[in-house]
Amino acid sequence: MKRTTFALTLAMAVGFAGGALAQAKEQFVPANFYWVGPFAPGGSGIAGGMIDYFKMVNARDGGVNGVKFTWEKCETEYNNARGVECYERTKKHPPTGATLIHPLSTGITYSLIEKGTADKIPIVSVGYGRTDAADGRVFPYVFPMITTYWSQNTAKIKFIGQKEGGMDKLKGKKLVNLYLDGAYGKETIPVLDVQAKKYGFAVTHIAVTYPGNEQQSQWLQIRQIRPDWIILRGWGVMNPTALRMAQRSGFARNKIIGVWWSGAEEDVVPAGDAAKGYIAAGFNVSGTNYPVVRDIQKHVYAKGEGEMDDKSRVGSIYYNRGVVFALVTVEAVRKAQERFGKGKSMTGEQVRWGLENLDMNEAYLKKLGATGFMQPIKLSCKDHEGGGQVKFQQWDGAKWVVISDWIESDQSIVRPMIEESAAQYAKEKGITPRDC
Amino acid sequence: MTNLSFFFEVLIGGLLAGVMYSLVALGFVLIYKASGVFNFAQGAMVFFAALTFVSLVERGVNFWIALVITLAVMVVLGISIEKVVLRPLVNQPPITLFMATIGLTFVLEGLSQLIWGSQPHLLELGIQDVPMEWLVQSTGMVISQTDVFAAGIAGILVAALALFFQYTRIGRALRAVADDHQAALAVGIPLKHIWAIVWAVAGFVALVAGLMWGARNGVQFALTFIALKALPVLILGGFESIPGAIVGGLIIGASEKLAEVYIGPMVGGGIESWFAYVIALLFLLVRPQGLFGEKIIDRV
Amino acid sequence: MLYREAGQFKSTYAEDQQIFPIRQDRIAVFLLLAVAFLVVPLTANQYWMSAILIPFLIFSLAALGLNILTGYAGQLSLGTAAFMAVGGFMTYNFVLRMPWLGIIPSFILAGLCAAAVGIVFGLPSLRIKGFYLAVATLACQFFVLWALQRIGWFMNYSPSGVIAAQTIEILGYDFDTPAKKYLLTLAIVALLALLAKNLMRSETGRAFMAVRDMDVAASVIGIPMMKTKLLAFAISSYYCGIAGALYVFCYLGTVEPEAFTLDLSFRILFMVIIGGVGSILGSFLGAAFIILLPIFLSVLTGAFTQATGIEPSHAVLSNLEVIIFGGLIIFFLIVEPHGLARLWQIAKEKLRLWPFPH
Repeated sequence: MKRTTFALTLAMAVGFAGGALAQAKEQFVPANFYWVGPFAPGGSGIAGGMIDYFKMVNARDGGVNGVKFTWEKCETEYNNARGVECYERTKKHPPTGATLIHPLSTGITYSLIEKGTADKIPIVSVGYGRTDAADGRVFPYVFPMITTYWSQNTAKIKFIGQKEGGMDKLKGKKLVNLYLDGAYGKETIPVLDVQAKKYGFAVTHIAVTYPGNEQQSQWLQIRQIRPDWIILRGWGVMNPTALRMAQRSGFARNKIIGVWWSGAEEDVVPAGDAAKGYIAAGFNVSGTNYPVVRDIQKHVYAKGEGEMDDKSRVGSIYYNRGVVFALVTVEAVRKAQERFGKGKSMTGEQVRWGLENLDMNEAYLKKLGATGFMQPIKLSCKDHEGGGQVKFQQWDGAKWVVISDWIESDQSIVRPMIEESAAQYAKEKGITPRDC
Repeated sequence: MTNLSFFFEVLIGGLLAGVMYSLVALGFVLIYKASGVFNFAQGAMVFFAALTFVSLVERGVNFWIALVITLAVMVVLGISIEKVVLRPLVNQPPITLFMATIGLTFVLEGLSQLIWGSQPHLLELGIQDVPMEWLVQSTGMVISQTDVFAAGIAGILVAALALFFQYTRIGRALRAVADDHQAALAVGIPLKHIWAIVWAVAGFVALVAGLMWGARNGVQFALTFIALKALPVLILGGFESIPGAIVGGLIIGASEKLAEVYIGPMVGGGIESWFAYVIALLFLLVRPQGLFGEKIIDRV
Repeated sequence: MLYREAGQFKSTYAEDQQIFPIRQDRIAVFLLLAVAFLVVPLTANQYWMSAILIPFLIFSLAALGLNILTGYAGQLSLGTAAFMAVGGFMTYNFVLRMPWLGIIPSFILAGLCAAAVGIVFGLPSLRIKGFYLAVATLACQFFVLWALQRIGWFMNYSPSGVIAAQTIEILGYDFDTPAKKYLLTLAIVALLALLAKNLMRSETGRAFMAVRDMDVAASVIGIPMMKTKLLAFAISSYYCGIAGALYVFCYLGTVEPEAFTLDLSFRILFMVIIGGVGSILGSFLGAAFIILLPIFLSVLTGAFTQATGIEPSHAVLSNLEVIIFGGLIIFFLIVEPHGLARLWQIAKEKLRLWPFPH
């Protein structure tokens, strides 16, 4: 008994000290996600996809030029304080510290922005996080990659315009923005107001109290307004509840367009039939018929080393999103190695350069096996978003069916807002924007 | 759709929502009545019951058999909670017991997701969640069938519990224990058995509440938050009164919805998070023991 | 034998009433403070300081505030996080709109704002007692969070709901490294803890305890109920407000209502109960327990995985963490309901005799 206690204490001391001795040819990525709590389905799905992709790259290619990926899981419970603690615990992990960090929570992203910038570790918030960080001159270490919330919103309005028969037909239409009360929910209110003025539609913003399982009053208000379209900006239980309430109120679900955190299987399955016809935006698609996913099944699951206990979740929206996160991580490391030394472990600072110079066009995606899986992206010093396109998919009762091609966001609206907000941040913090 | 019929729609919708709150509050009341413990873990028990039931059904078990199995599980759970957690804490101040039930909440939440996973589930009870057609045709009001069904179930449950407490021997014993533990012991009522029975009944109530709420919003982790919705109901109705739970629920449900629809837009919306609590608080200032609660007598 | 008070005579009233009457206690506290102020900043690594020690100090302060209200004055409150939120937000606003004030006066003013909110939501305590009061304080919790969310002024009308807190600057000296933030937090917490200990041995403290024990009797002997209860709420909220301000400025770095949810209120109540109700030391012990436990469990599971090579799905591990956390709380309440402070007292009792058996 005493010996096991001693051994356990020793192991813990080593664990606390920051990890075992690592070989030089490793690239460490912290896996600070959440597997418990109300958002566990999303967190565990993305974590599974991401780690499986790393495992696949290690198994199939031997890593990037011989440098294999390692990771350490830490439970953040979607809580800011825990997220900060997990970050601090592993940021100096050998050999070169944390490569970059995916906070998987807008709140944690905000908390880590200053710390990451000071520690020289890139904060990558794909499809969430601080939108104005797309201005890389003010936020050198923050990457709200692929598509930000504001860009997504403009693409949504474009899609609605398409459905109505032209952007000019939007004039006089009524929109309702049903959002989860909180930082995430309020993010798109300004950009919607700007577009409402530009295109002449009326938008009503209706807040749903957290966690969102009580929406009766909100839908009564919606019945009074009789909107033409509803934008659903929910997370967790708010989504299936909204779809059920829509069914109850007799509102056509194919006039409800959700954001990509309202557009996964976990959001529609609990609503049953009420979800049929519901449309959601996405920067990634579902399905296992893509070479990247098939490779994961071949190299990882065939050996029984997959992360997901429930194999039917491979290929789901959240899983594939995790694969996308890992994909950009791996390619950023590859790009960094091209400049700073092939076959060496990269530091956070070097990977920052790799992220900023990431250029994944259609040919590149085809080589990776990700055509149609994600959009081509090209980042730059000024533009940390790099993509800005959105696809729309519809739930047919059993799976998500893509119903549109990649729709561009309207950067003429979004970019000035981003630069204005970033400039204000720079002024408040006394940061001199970089020269790009 | 006229303003008046809209008002009635909001009102009736609120009353029906209130009934759903009362379902959860009933579990609290039962346990508080019999053992003086404020069981914060009731929300987690509702979640555990709903999750067990829906997971069994998804694995192919027949609806009614799954119901019986879940009921048995809840009864066993209730009895073991009473034995393991509450019996050792029997003479502690109420705050300690309250904190123990909060610890219990964590354990139950973790246990549910450990055993059954964290994916959300669909719960089908056979009642379609659509508006009642004849009502829409005649008055233009949209009232959901599921809501009315849930109200009916709640009514039957309350009636059954009332009969149980009034006319059966165990019911009388429960009321005796709620009145005075020592006196009940003096007349020979087996306290431990009674507590076990109360927790078992509370487990059953949790199962019913879990089914109704799960059918409404799907079975997922957020189900545990409904305990917080039941608290204002308990304050208003009094912690020890079953009719109080119903009346309190109706009042809270109706006023909350009316406030959100009519006052909410003036202040930016989202007032549902605190309105019920503020109503209950104002009520308490006038009547500190709640509508039907026992008058608090301070003996010095 | 180490801990005997034999030979320590008190010859003045002042000596008799001191906070640490036993010489060994005084030496121990002095050593502890010396280590905390001098040794730790030089030797501790950054992870320990910024992820463990700073939140420990901040939560100890909040637990101290709640202990004053619940432990000493007997008023159960579940709105602690709301008072912290008021403190955090008002500090941000003072620094933003009146930068000439300086950060320490901003902290103090924000604490006073929190105290004002505490008094308003403490008014029900004059009529309501026990659990009903706890649920009434929940009204405070939800209302304050809603107000901070909805009224744009608090967040300076920022488009997103999260704002970055400003850097702390005192007399032109920037507190931006973890070591400096740690020292600032330590200084503030040590000072406020000393004030609290002093308060509790004074007449006010005795009035609080009288109200807790039997408020009817207290009012009979002439202790004014309203003044005492509201003062308890005010002081408690002041402490929680300062803790909230430190939380925002020295730990999180962001100002958002979502950092101050009901979950936080419950955690602080756990700290008070497990540490020991009605004990200043208990607040610190409870905070240490609650902060270190999840980290300890997380490292333990990591070590288990490394040692045995078995890697259960992380969902299993995370859920086990939650279950163990709840289980330990229940275990603790069963085994030692008076908390860690009582365990410490028992240890001191035993130290009086050790190494002798009797």
